[in-house]
Amino acid sequence: MAGATRKDTDGLNAAAAVKDAILAGVIALGIFGPLVGLKSEQNMRNELVLTTRWGLVAIIVGIVIVGRFLLTTVIWPTLRARKMRDKPAPTAAQIARRSAIAKWFPSTSLVFLFLYPAIVVSLVGFQGSLKWVDNFGIQILIYVMLGWGLNIVVGLAGLLDLGYVAFYAVGAYSYALLSIHFGLSFWLLLPLAGILAALWGIMLGFPVLRLRGDYLAIVTLAFGEIIRLVLINFRELTNGSAGISSIPKITLFGIPFDASPNGFAKMFGLPLSSAYYKIFLYYLILLLALLTAYVTIRLRRLPVGRAWEALREDEIACRSLGINTTNTKLTAFALGAMFGGFAGSFFAARQGFVSPESFVFMESAVIVAIVVLGGMGSMIGVALAAVAMIGGTEMLRELDFLKAVFGNNFDPDQFRMLFFGLAMVLVMIWKPRGFVGAREPTVFLAERKSISSSLVKEGHG
Amino acid sequence: MSAAFDTIAPEVAAPWADDPVLTVEHVSMRFGGLVAVNDLSFSVGRGDITALIGPNGAGKTTVFNCITGFYKPTQGMLLLKHASGDSFLLERMPDFRISAKAKVARTFQNIRLFSGMTLLENLLVAQHNALMIASGMSILGVLGVPTYKRAEKEAIERARYWLDRTGLTARADDPAGELPYGAQRRLEIARAMCTGPELLCLDEPAAGLNPRESADLNALLLGIRETEKTSILLIEHDMSVVMEISDHVVVLEYGTKISDGTPLEVRSDPRVIAAYLGVDDSEVEKVEEQLDEIAEEAAG
Repeated sequence: MAGATRKDTDGLNAAAAVKDAILAGVIALGIFGPLVGLKSEQNMRNELVLTTRWGLVAIIVGIVIVGRFLLTTVIWPTLRARKMRDKPAPTAAQIARRSAIAKWFPSTSLVFLFLYPAIVVSLVGFQGSLKWVDNFGIQILIYVMLGWGLNIVVGLAGLLDLGYVAFYAVGAYSYALLSIHFGLSFWLLLPLAGILAALWGIMLGFPVLRLRGDYLAIVTLAFGEIIRLVLINFRELTNGSAGISSIPKITLFGIPFDASPNGFAKMFGLPLSSAYYKIFLYYLILLLALLTAYVTIRLRRLPVGRAWEALREDEIACRSLGINTTNTKLTAFALGAMFGGFAGSFFAARQGFVSPESFVFMESAVIVAIVVLGGMGSMIGVALAAVAMIGGTEMLRELDFLKAVFGNNFDPDQFRMLFFGLAMVLVMIWKPRGFVGAREPTVFLAERKSISSSLVKEGHG
Repeated sequence: MSAAFDTIAPEVAAPWADDPVLTVEHVSMRFGGLVAVNDLSFSVGRGDITALIGPNGAGKTTVFNCITGFYKPTQGMLLLKHASGDSFLLERMPDFRISAKAKVARTFQNIRLFSGMTLLENLLVAQHNALMIASGMSILGVLGVPTYKRAEKEAIERARYWLDRTGLTARADDPAGELPYGAQRRLEIARAMCTGPELLCLDEPAAGLNPRESADLNALLLGIRETEKTSILLIEHDMSVVMEISDHVVVLEYGTKISDGTPLEVRSDPRVIAAYLGVDDSEVEKVEEQLDEIAEEAAG
C-alpha cells in the first residue's frame, strides 16, 4: 500500500493506521449493526418482523475501515504536506496577477453586464433569451442589490440583521398597494417605497439598536417574522396569504410594454415579444444595483462610512471619540432598509404578484449568507457570492441529464438546499472570511495597501 | 469625610485649585453593594499634568469612566471648564457628547484601536464630527461637493501632524493592528489628540513600555502640554513617569483619596507608602516613624 513506499517512520505508522482503521470499523459495527442490520417491518397480521441485513452492514463497515485507513495514510499526510508547501509568500508574478485581476475585474464585469442581454439574444434569439435574462440575469441582480444593501448593515456597520427581508416586503407591498389603489407610476413609487422602508428601518432601529450581537440578531429576526405575519393576517389590506395580483407593469417613461397601438413594440415597429420587457427590467435592476454600489462606495469614503466601520471595529472607542453611535447605527439601518425597499418595489413590479410566501425567513438567511460568503464589506465579493448562490441554485434546475443516472423520479431541484449547505460548508473551510476577506482602506497618505482579513473585525452587534 | 473637606478649604491654596480645568466634587460610584469610589474630590489644574495613582483595584479607572461618561456617578459633580469660559457638568452628559462638546478625550488601559483600519483612518475617525458637518451630514458629500474635499484635506493634514509628532508617519497606511505595542499606545494618544481636547485622560499610557519607550512617552506628553496647552490627567503605575512629568499627584486606595499634592509631597506621605507596600495596621506607626526619619534626612 501507499505506506510501504514511504519512509520508515511511515511504515511504523502504517501498523498504527491499521489498528486505527480496525477500531473505526468496530465503532461503525456498533453503530450500524443495530441501526442498519436490523430492520423491523409489519407483516400482514400487523406483527413486527425483524429482517436482518448483515450484508449491508458488512459493506458499510468495510467502507469505514478502508476509508479511515486511506484517510490516515494517504489523504491527511498529503494535505499536511500541501499546507507546509503553501506557506511561502506568493511570488512577484502571483502578486502582479492578483493586482491585475483586482484592477480589471470590476470594469470588465461591468461591461459584460451591460452587454449580457445582447450576447444572450444573439446566441439564442429573443424567445430563448427569456430564461437567461429573467431567471439568471434579473434574479441574480435582485440578490446582488439586496446583498449590497444588507452589506451596509452587516458588512460595514457590523450589525447582524436577520430580518432584512422585512424591508424588502415593505417595498414590495408599498408598490403593489399604492399602484393598484392610487394608480401611481413606478417611477414615483420607487423612491416612495425606499423612503417607507427606511422609515420602518428607523422605527425598528430605535428601540433595538441598543442591543448587541446575538440579541440584536434575534430581535431583527422576530421583526422579519412580525412583518410577514401582519401581511398574512391583515386581510383587509393585504389580501392575506392569497397575495396581491395584477400589479401594474413598469412603463418606459409612459410607454407601456404591451400589444396596444402605443405600446413599445408597435411604436418602434418591432415584432411583438415579451423579451423587450424582460431586457428593460434587466437594465433597470442593473442600474438600481449600480446605484446601491455607487452610494455605498461614496459613503464608505465619507465620515459616516468610516464611522460605520469604526463601529464594527470597536464601539466603545467610537463613543470615546465623540461619535453618536445610535445615530450612526440608525443611518446604516435606514440606508440598508431603503435599498431593500427599492429592490422590493422592483420585485413586485417584475412579478406582477406579491404574497407573504416571498418574504419568509429563508430569504433573509440567503441574503445574510451572500454577504458573509462574499466577505463582509466587500462589494465585489458580495456580487460574486450572489452569482454563486443564486446562479448556482438556478443552475441546479438545469441538471436534467442527472435523470439519466438516478432515474426519472430524480429532481435535482429538490437537492438544492443540500448542495447549497454543502457548498457553504466547503467555502467556509476554504475561505473562512468569505471570497474577498481583505479590506481596502478608504484613504491613504502614500500608498494604498489592502488590509489582511485577520485584522478586520466582524463586529459584535 | 475629613479628607474631602480638606480639599475644599485647603489651609494653603494649592496652585491647581486656582483655575482648574476639571473639578471633581464628592463623587461616589457604587456597583450594588460595592463602593468603587467613595466621596472623591480633587481638581485638575489647567495646563497641568495630573497623575491619578493607587494600588490595583483602587478605583482609578472607575474615576476615569465617570469623567468620560462611560459610568454615571452615583453621587457628586464633575465640572469641566474650558479656557474660553464654557463649563460643562460631565455627570449629566452622555459619553459621546463629553468627547464632542466638552472636549475630553481618553485612551484605554487595554488599547482600543480600530485594528482593521489604517493609522490614517483611525485619526480621521477621531475627527468625525467636524468632517460630518463639512460633508453636509453626508448628503453633500455623496454628491461630491468641494467644501468637503477641502475639509478632508485639512483633516488629513492634522492627522499627518500627529503622526509626525508620534513618529508613525512611515506606517500611516498600515493597519493599526499590525503596529507593535508601544506604537499602538502612541497612536491611541495621537487619535485622542485629533479630537482637539481640552483635557486628555490617559489610562496607563506607559503600561508594557520598555524604559526607552517610556522616556519617549514622557517627552511626547510634555510636548503636548507645551504646544497644545492641553491639560493631561493620567493613571499610571510606572513611578518614573509619575514622578518625572506630573505636577500634581492624587492617590487613591479603596476608592478613597489618601493623598493629594506635588510628587515630592506624595512620595513621602506615609499613607501612600503603606498603601503601596502593604503594611499591617499595627505596623503603620513604626513605618511612619521610619519615614519621618527618611524625610528629615532628605531635608537635612
